[in-house]
Amino acid sequence: MTIAHEPVKSVRRADVVIRFDDVYKIYQMGEEKVAALNGVTLDIERGGFWAIMGPSGSGKSTMLNLLGCLDRPTAGRYHFDGHDVGSLSDDKLSDLRLRKLGFIFQSFNLIPQLTVRENIELPLFYLNWEPRDSAARAEELAERVGLGNRLEHRPNQLSGGQQQRVAIARALANDPPVLLADEPTGNLDTATGEQIMVMLGELHEQGKTILMVTHEPEIAAHARRQLHMRDGKVDRLEGEA
Amino acid sequence: MRGMRLGRNIQLGVKNLLLHKLRSMLTMLGVVFGVGSVVAMLAVGEGASAEALEQIRRLGSTNIIVSSVKPVEEQSSGAMQANMSVYGLKYDDETRVRATFPNVERTVPVKQIAKEGRLGSRSMELRVKGTTPDWFELVPREMIAGRRLLDQDLNDKSNVLVLTEYGARRLLATRNTIGESIRLGGDVFQVVGIVQSEESDAGGVQTLDSATDAYIPINVARDRFGDITSQRTAGSRSRELVELHQMIVQVKSNEDVEAVANGIEAMLQKFHKKVDYRMSVPLALLRQAEATKRTFNIVLGSIAGISLLVGGIGIMNIMLASVTERTREIGIRRAIGARRNQIVGQFLIETVVLSMMGGLMGVAIGVGTPWVITKFSGMPTVVTLFSITLSIGISMAVGIIFGLYPAARAAAVDPIIALRHE
Repeated sequence: MTIAHEPVKSVRRADVVIRFDDVYKIYQMGEEKVAALNGVTLDIERGGFWAIMGPSGSGKSTMLNLLGCLDRPTAGRYHFDGHDVGSLSDDKLSDLRLRKLGFIFQSFNLIPQLTVRENIELPLFYLNWEPRDSAARAEELAERVGLGNRLEHRPNQLSGGQQQRVAIARALANDPPVLLADEPTGNLDTATGEQIMVMLGELHEQGKTILMVTHEPEIAAHARRQLHMRDGKVDRLEGEA
Repeated sequence: MRGMRLGRNIQLGVKNLLLHKLRSMLTMLGVVFGVGSVVAMLAVGEGASAEALEQIRRLGSTNIIVSSVKPVEEQSSGAMQANMSVYGLKYDDETRVRATFPNVERTVPVKQIAKEGRLGSRSMELRVKGTTPDWFELVPREMIAGRRLLDQDLNDKSNVLVLTEYGARRLLATRNTIGESIRLGGDVFQVVGIVQSEESDAGGVQTLDSATDAYIPINVARDRFGDITSQRTAGSRSRELVELHQMIVQVKSNEDVEAVANGIEAMLQKFHKKVDYRMSVPLALLRQAEATKRTFNIVLGSIAGISLLVGGIGIMNIMLASVTERTREIGIRRAIGARRNQIVGQFLIETVVLSMMGGLMGVAIGVGTPWVITKFSGMPTVVTLFSITLSIGISMAVGIIFGLYPAARAAAVDPIIALRHE
């Protein structure tokens, strides 16, 4: 299953991984139309570490859905790593997520009936890896997040911080260029949250593009750039690439 | 690649089902009993038809058997002479049948007389059958020693006799039998052959021969013993005049059986004042057995079908609940990159695994039930590989049919909403 690599002319600079080009996302709420994204134009550079902030209703969840290739824009163009997401089929979007994205959620979102090992292997299962290879990969990643001795545990046997580390290992399994984190420390105490942020910082050092939605300024401060959303538009962008 | 994923999907399915053992068990019950009844039903039906076929094989499907029967009213009143009843098939009947119907291959007359056979100090009650060499064509049995009756024996009116293996053992023990002389009443017969007999020990199955038979040429039987037999019952003597006790008519093919049987019946009705004969058509027995089996299969098939339907609906119900319960899991898998059809595959396989496990348990019940039936009622049952294959196929189909809708519902889950689902 390969994704057709049609070159997109508007994305010339190789260091831009995500480009919003006057993107609208409009929801029909009964009679009314609500613009969750109201004309967003934005470039995100490869290897960037961005925090997306904003009050509820500012459009950051919608941004996250688009960034995660879970949704398509209503109008405008949204390019993800050279692909025009608005024109892709559901299967192509699935493939894009499978190969280019790693998700880290506030509530960890591990599958409870699977072991740590099986959770980490999940993307590799859909990538059709040989069981032996994916087992080795899962062990390597568990080691990397400090859970090498917990491979056969179930998520409910782990602490919150450990579960989030498993989720990070799972997000890294397919070695994606982009990691998407939705309030990654939201369900963790400050110290544990700090550890997770250190881990994300390291991943950024290693060249991953990290996009993180948060409402906590201390957490957002770990990122290089802070994007503030308001009423479906970019309010302001802080920090340097 | 695909096989590997299928294997792991099945593993995952089993694992998910084992998480809720009681629920999975209860869900499976419908299929268990549905499949169990299919297998058991086919086993009983197969057993019945095997029994019928065995009967036909023994009697011969192209045969029509006409036997002499004493009419009921004949028993009290004397017909021709006092204390003498005259009934049954005549020698002419056989000649007439042979002359009238072109589709008749051969007719075999049988004259049957109960006689005590003696050899030295040993004796036994024999069912002496006066017949023709054609008997051995119609009732093909293995010759153990010697030869059959020959046309020559009839022409020469020789006092020769073919014994059954059982009779030979009873009368002669270990001695070489061929050439020995056996005394039947006042006459001496030379044993020329020993034939295997196939008298049934299982109830219900008729054969034309019996273990105590002794075969002699029919004209010899008529000359030596006559047509009149006398019996002593309860102090009074009763005499009977019966020319032929049985006539076996073999037609050329199965298609001719019905027409010839009807023809013979019409002929006998015309020439016999009373119904002093009974016709038995093995092929008609087969048809009857088949019709019974068909009715039986339809009734039980409907019951099995309904229980499989109920079982399938039960499975669908539980799978729909499971999809709702696992909405979040579906969302996670979709976010990670599972395609819709992979979600369909996962839930479909889980449903099929569930129904197949039910199907396998059903097969166990379906194999066990006929065994119990045979053990306690003596009714023959045959579990065929076909019925097992069919049942496993049906349970798989139930899984697929009733799993498609829940699986489609699972795949239709919007990952964005599913991820927020608690």
